[in-house]
Formats: sequence, structure tokens, C-alpha cells
Amino acid sequence: MPEPAGIDSRPTGDTTMQQHWDTPEMAQGKGSLRSRVVIYGLLGFFALVYLLPLIVMVLTSFKPLSEIYAGNIVALPKQWTVEPWVSAWETACVGLSCNGIKGYFWNSTKMTVLAVILSTLIGLLNGYVLTKWKFKGANVLFGLILFGCFIPFQIVLIPMAAFLGKVGIASSTAGLVFVHTVYGLCFTTLYARNYYIAFPDELVKSAMIDGARFFNIFWRILLPNSGPIIIVTVIWQFTNIWNDFLFGASFSTGESAPMTVALNNVVNTSTGERPYNVHMAAAMIAAFPTLLVYIFGGRYFVRGLMAGSVKG
Amino acid sequence: MRAKVLAVWAAGCLGAGSAMAAEQVVEVVHWWTSGGEAAALNVLKQDMQKRGYGWKDSPVAGGGGDQARTVLRARVAAGNPPEAMQMLGYIITDYAEEGLLGDLTPVAVKEGWALVVPAPLQKFDQYKGHWVAAPVNIHRTNWIWANKKIFDQLKIAPPKTFDELLAAADKIKKAGYIPLAHGGQPWQDATIFDSAVMSAGGPEFYRKALIELDPNALGSKTMEKAFEQMQKLHGLLDPNYPNRDWNLATAMVINGKAGMQIMGDWAKGEFLKAGKKPGVDFLCFQYPGTEGTFSFNSDAFAMFKVAKSQEAGQLALASAIMDKGFQEQFNLVKGSIPARMDVSDAKFDACGKKSMADLRIALKNNAMVGSFAHGHAVPESLKGAMIDVVTNFFNKGGSPAEATKQLVAAVQNAK
Amino acid sequence: METTDSGASATQEAPRFSRRLQQWLPKLVLSPTLLITLVFVYGFILWTSYLSFTKSRGYPVHELVGFLQYARVWAQPRWSVAIHNLAIFGVLYVAICLFLGLLLAILLDQRIRQEGTLRAIFLYPMALSFIVTGTAWKWMLNPGLGIEKLVREWGWTGFKFDWIVNEDMAIYTVVIAAVWQASGFVMAMFLAGLRGIDQDIIKAASIDGATLPRIYWRIIIPQLRPVFLSSVVILAHLAIKSYDLVVALTGGGPGYATDLPSLFMYAHTFTRNQLGMGAASAVMMLLTVAAIMVPYLYSEVRHARAGGH
Repeated sequence: MPEPAGIDSRPTGDTTMQQHWDTPEMAQGKGSLRSRVVIYGLLGFFALVYLLPLIVMVLTSFKPLSEIYAGNIVALPKQWTVEPWVSAWETACVGLSCNGIKGYFWNSTKMTVLAVILSTLIGLLNGYVLTKWKFKGANVLFGLILFGCFIPFQIVLIPMAAFLGKVGIASSTAGLVFVHTVYGLCFTTLYARNYYIAFPDELVKSAMIDGARFFNIFWRILLPNSGPIIIVTVIWQFTNIWNDFLFGASFSTGESAPMTVALNNVVNTSTGERPYNVHMAAAMIAAFPTLLVYIFGGRYFVRGLMAGSVKG
Repeated sequence: MRAKVLAVWAAGCLGAGSAMAAEQVVEVVHWWTSGGEAAALNVLKQDMQKRGYGWKDSPVAGGGGDQARTVLRARVAAGNPPEAMQMLGYIITDYAEEGLLGDLTPVAVKEGWALVVPAPLQKFDQYKGHWVAAPVNIHRTNWIWANKKIFDQLKIAPPKTFDELLAAADKIKKAGYIPLAHGGQPWQDATIFDSAVMSAGGPEFYRKALIELDPNALGSKTMEKAFEQMQKLHGLLDPNYPNRDWNLATAMVINGKAGMQIMGDWAKGEFLKAGKKPGVDFLCFQYPGTEGTFSFNSDAFAMFKVAKSQEAGQLALASAIMDKGFQEQFNLVKGSIPARMDVSDAKFDACGKKSMADLRIALKNNAMVGSFAHGHAVPESLKGAMIDVVTNFFNKGGSPAEATKQLVAAVQNAK
Repeated sequence: METTDSGASATQEAPRFSRRLQQWLPKLVLSPTLLITLVFVYGFILWTSYLSFTKSRGYPVHELVGFLQYARVWAQPRWSVAIHNLAIFGVLYVAICLFLGLLLAILLDQRIRQEGTLRAIFLYPMALSFIVTGTAWKWMLNPGLGIEKLVREWGWTGFKFDWIVNEDMAIYTVVIAAVWQASGFVMAMFLAGLRGIDQDIIKAASIDGATLPRIYWRIIIPQLRPVFLSSVVILAHLAIKSYDLVVALTGGGPGYATDLPSLFMYAHTFTRNQLGMGAASAVMMLLTVAAIMVPYLYSEVRHARAGGH
């Protein structure tokens, strides 16, 4: 029984067994009704607790403001209205322009997609290098890179701004893509390194003996089997970059701001009115792409972290 | 998918639009992102367009300008500051000290700003004799807003002394209402503190303690009295006040759940939006003991040092801001009063008229002081530390004497 | 003959060069990331450390003042509260997320129908930005608006849940909201780990007569050790970054009872024009993180190396 080595658990079982595995209980022959009830009961309870904020937000987004001020947050709307949603999309004020948050989606998409692709690719290559090409100090370097995950963005904001200013990309998509790539590298490297560390070395070694080169091995052997970890990385990066506010606000101007800046402007008015229903609707619209990524990527997500071993 | 198509289409339209206008563009950073404020600011944008300048809007809401200032720091570090940015009080001074602001003196002299802008504002809008910012409004923080129905029902008149305030609050409480509606956020706590200090010691004490930071004044028994007032006011709150948004507190007064709110005059906007009329549905009066004084804060647009080619746009913006028509229109919406004193008060409601009249009286009596809570008394480096002490005392309790000592220590440490 | 010689040496040159290239290529590929990390992580940390020893206020001033800024940070009563809160929040956040994540993963691993739906329900909180979910939580936790009011309306009139307005308990509400946000992600990581465990061991153990709890405790959970590492890294990262969450939920209050070092640092660096103090607090925060994470990372990486790779 090969012991799972490395930073992350590498599955040693047959992954195709997902549909047919026995739970430990079943292995013991003890799948009782009572335990089923307990399990479903617990899950149901937790599901309700997790859903509660979403319920509050959804209900609020369909109420007129007067009902919100009257103050029962889980009451069904006496008067359902879709107006907050329309307003959030079309007419909410993001500063002087009151055209809703729709125009900012493209800015966020541009930046997020590019940054995700770049950071994922570099991360994969890093993971490959750190695990398949033994050189002295690989683990130390990995540790060094990993520590970068803990640096709070407020520390780097001003020096990074100075740097971007000197290079001339301070108010552009390129600047944002650069920043998000730089600070995403530690995570993408972490995920890739964990994944590749369990990837059978024999495959790589035999390829080398056959004369395959560095990039060839990557493109031909590792990458095709990296689907799951790519999805994992993409989900994490997409969420963090899409929802980032600090960099997005500091390194963009005017109409090219990402969607989080627009959302923030709609929601965080200081001395003006606060239509909470519009805020909730706007937040859910803004979260839509990320939610989609989660829902559809979810199944890959699970398989991603687990399907790391190829039975060799 | 459809969302993306719409977004691309919208972006394309926006792109096409700005490509066609080859005019000079002035970029403005501010945090007026609510509907009413945006409408008011749009007047300025249209005026700029008439003058032949485009307006690039880069708003950053949040924290009463905190987020915007963070973004601004980043932009200054990157070397691309906007042409104009909304600033209050000592923040203007801080940036001017760094040499980052431009010079508006040409247009200021031409239009005679020095004659119509109150001297206390000029202190902030100028730096070493040069105009660096154009003021938009004057807010007043020592107001109390009250529900008239409750006051009439309980036969309460606007209290003239602090004890009368407590008596009135007592009556309100006994009748089943919440005496004081409040949102427990540091800036709101500090807004009450403005009035408490003014009430305890008058404008001269306010100046000595909160503006000049004289340790004797800061550590005096008068300051303890101010903290005592805060303590007693805390007893008038409902238990759910922490972190309540200020406008939800105003809604409590509007809806007849609470009797009073101590808040600056942007609260008036909430009443007006709910269709309430001053003197009919709600009352506005000064915090007891501060009648005749005026603790102010003023939003201004500071102009940054930019390329020579951009300067004309800045001067145009400054001129548009100081335009009498704009000043009137903007402040009618915002709840504040114009920054220039030669604007007629005809269109303003009763509370606005009172504010404008009180402004002249306070100026004459040297009773107009910058609001401590809103950055017009001490620089940011000190204000934060002092507000920490105030909000901690207000929420946690303790002895006024102890709080006073902490205030002195905080000032020492932050200097 | 010459041609043969040059031909022979040419074919020898090519492999030698390409072999050298192959030797260097991995390091070359890794070097951009290393360079970037060196400059944009460690370089900036050094810059911040430097600032913490200067007299900087609103902008960098190159006048060294020793440990003055550190003293000034400690002289602020608020800083002690922030540190204290970070300890409470950090420990509870990581521990509860790990526990809840593992529990939910184990439950979901029991061949549940609707596993996909349930997984999505536990994961979605991570997708929502706290700019607005903070408001929803604020209302839910507020006694006059939310859960306390609801439960009382249902009949249990003595119910009290006013932590968020209570100076001493407010920090625990931050823990609740933060756990809600991140535990689904931890659950997903554990679920994947569980899915990878060899069924044969479990079968063998149960044949040997091991009870269910023992199987989990002795066999399954130890094999999840690497997942614990990844989760701790992620959670520690999120705990330090916690700014939006606290600001939206409690604003740092009541008073400054839920202050955290990240809020303290942000306020002093940007809002209060106390760059030196902000830098000092950042350095102390990083040192605390390093003190905990570096030994942990070191032990895990060494464990990996010893594991036969």
C-alpha cells in the first residue's frame, strides 16, 4: 500500500469506483435506516443554515423599500416587485452614470479571464518543474513561493502602484491582469505542485529516456491529464479575481472599472439614500458568473482534487 | 450569455461615444453615488459640457470617502492622479503640504471667491495663500431632527438645555417610543461628540480643545462634562443601535418609532424623500447649548497638479462649482447650504433658511468652527485616534474622567 | 575527412547543447515566478519593514526613528484589542472550518442523493462578495431585525441572540459569518480527499472487526493530513485578509470591539496618514503569521520529502 506522500492526498483507489463505492458503514454491512435519518437530518439542517442569508437577500431583493424599512427580513414580500432587479441592471447609479452595473461586466470578464489563464499556466509549469525535475532546493523554493500567499494586499498596494506607474500600465487592463497574476501565482503553484507530486514519475522518466524534451513532456503527458487540477485552479482564481475590490478600484478609472467597483458604488453610498432591495439584486447579479463557475465546475472540482493518480 | 452580449454591446456604445468626443476631459473622483447625489452632480457635468469639457467619472464609494482616499493614494503613487477629487477639511491641507495640488488662484481672483466664501472654509480651500480647492457646500452637524407628531402629542418643545433634553427624552420613553435613534458607527458617535463638546464648553472651549489641542483644555473638567453628556445620551438609545446605518436611524424617526436623531443636515434629505415637510412632519433644531454656533464641514473638489494642457479643464470645473446656479441647485438636493454666501435662500426650506441665517450670526460672533467628527478640526492622523477614544467610551462605558485621560494620551501618541 | 570530423562534432555539439539547455530549462521556467515573488512579495515586505522604522506619515519620509512606530502602535488600546481578536478569530475560524468541512464532507460521502445540490449549497457562500452579504448577515444577527426577533415571534419569547451588539461577544459573530463563507470550500477539499482513499483498507479493517468511529479516526482521517495542510494554508490566508467581512458586518464595532490587525493597518496606512504605524502593525502581523506558518510548512514539506519523492 503506497503511502500517500506530498502536500495533498493522492488517491490510490480506483477512481472509476465513484459510483460503486461502499461507505465504511456498508463495508461493515451496517447501513441502517436510523443512521440514514441522522445523516439526512444533519445535512438538511446545515443546508438550511447555509441558505438563510441567501433567502434573506433574495426576499429583500423582491420587496419595495417601504416593506424593508418596516423590518421583517424573512417575511415574504407582501408586494412582489421585480423593479429592484431591473434597477440594479439598468438604472442604478454608479456615480454620475445611472445605467446600472451591466456595463462593467465586460471589464471584469476581460481582466479575470486573462489573469486566470496566465496564472494557471505559469502555476502548472511551476508545479511541473518543482516535482518532476529534481534539483537542489526545490522544496525550499516552493516554501518561499508559498509564503507569498499570506501577504495582505494593503501592504503591496502602494509599492505596486508605484511600479505600475513607472511601467506605464497603472490604469489599464494590462495592469490589473499583471497584479492578479503576480498574486495568484502562489496558489496556482500550490495546487499544481500538490497534484503533480503524485503523478507517476515512471511515466515522465520513460518519456525522458525516449528522448522527449522538457516542454514536450509537459504538453504531451502532463497537461492532458491535468484537467481536474486546471478546473480547481480556475475556480479558485476566478472567484478571487472576480470579487477583488482593492486592486480593481486602484488600478482602473472611469468606465473601465471592474464590476466590483460598480457594485461597491451602488451599495456603499455614504450620505445618500440606500435602496437595500437594489443592493441585494445587484450583488446577486454580480455574483452570477462566479456562481455559474461553482455550480458547473463543482463536479469537476471534486474529481479534480481526487483524480490525481493514474493507476500505473 | 445574453448578459455578456448586452455587456459587450453596452461597452461598445460607450466606447464609440467617448471616441467621438475629442474634447478635453476632466477626471473627477468622488463618492456621491446615490441617486439624489448623482442627479445633483449631473448639473455640474452638464455645465462642464456647455463649457466644452468632458467629464470622466471615477467614483469610489465607501467609508465616507475612506475607500476613495485609499484609491487616491495608489493613483498618486502611480503618478496618475485625477484632475479633481472630492476632499474635506484637513485632507486638502495634507495633500497641499505634499505639493500635489494645483493652483486655482487665477479663477478665484477673477470671480472674487474670497468675498463670498466664509473665512473658516477659506482656511481649508486655500494653502499658503493659493486657492487649491473649490467648495461645494456647507453642512452643519449640530442639528437634532425630531418627529413632530410625537413632540406635539407629548407637548414637548425643542429643548434649550441639556437637562430639558433629558426630560423630553424621559417623556418620550414613558410614552413607549425610543427617545434617541442612533447608528453605532464611529463617525456617528463622533458627530454627537461634536455637539456635546460645544454644548459643554461653548465655541471657545471647542476651539481650544479640539482644534488647538491644548492639553489643559483636553484634560479639563469641561471635557469630562462633554463625556458625561455622551454617557447620558447613551442611555436614551435602543439596544440594537450598533453598526446601524445612519439612514435607518433616520427612518426610525420618520416612521414614528423614535423621537429624535442627532445628525448632520444630510438627514434632511431622507425626510424630504419620504415626503415629509419641515415644521409639519418633522422639526429641526440645534443641539441644546449650541444655539448660535455652527460646527461645519464642507465638501470641496481639490485640483491636483497635472499637465499644463489639463489645467484649463480644472479651472473650468472650479468655476462651474462656484457658479451660483449650481450651488443653489446642488444644495437644495443635498440638504446642505451653498458654500458662497451670496446665494438667495428663497428656494430653501425652513431648516435650510435657518442654517443660512445662523451661518451669518455664527460668523459674526466667531462661533463657526470646523466639525471634529468630519475632519475640519484636526488632521486625519489625530482625528482617528481621538474618535477611537470617543467611540470606545460611548459603547463600552466607563468613567468620563478616564475617557478624558485617554483622550489626552491619544493625542500625545498620535502627534 | 574534414567533413566527417565536423559532421561528427556537429552531431555531438547538438546533444550537448540541448542537454545543457534541458538542464537549465526547468530552472529558467521557474525563475520568473521566483523573481516575481522576490520582488513583489519579499521586496515589498522589506519596503514595508523599512517604512516601519521611519517617521512616515501621509507619505514615505526617509528619516529613521528606531522602534518609535512600534511603540506608538502598542500605545494604542485598540491594537491590543485587535491582536486579542485575531487570536480568538483565527483559532476559532480555522478550527471550526476544518471541523465543519470535514463533518460535511464525511456526511456527503455517504452516498447521498442530491449530493450535487447539497455541495452547491455549501459552496455558494464563497462566490458572493462580502460587500453585500455582510448587510444580510448584519440584519440577521441584529436582535431587533433578525434571528432573535424571528425566534421570539415563533413563540420562544425568552430567546436571546444579541451577540452582535455586545462588546464582548461581537467577535464571535464575525467567526460565524466567516465560517459560513469558507467552510464549503474546505468541505470540497476534504470530500475530494475522502474520495481518494482506497476502499480496500477500509474493507480489511472492518473485516478485522474495527468499529466505524475507529475506522474514521485511525485510518481515514490520518490519510487526509495533506488536505489539512492545504486547508490551513487557505484558511490562514483568508483570516489575515479578512477586511471586507468585518467592515460590512460590524464596522469594527461596537466601538472597536471587533477590530482586527488588518483593519488597524488599513486605517492607519490609508485613512489616518500614519504610514509608519501602519507599516509597523503590518510587520508584526506578518511576523505572527510566519511564526505559525513557517514551522508548519517546514514540517509538512519535510514530511513530503520523507514520503519518498
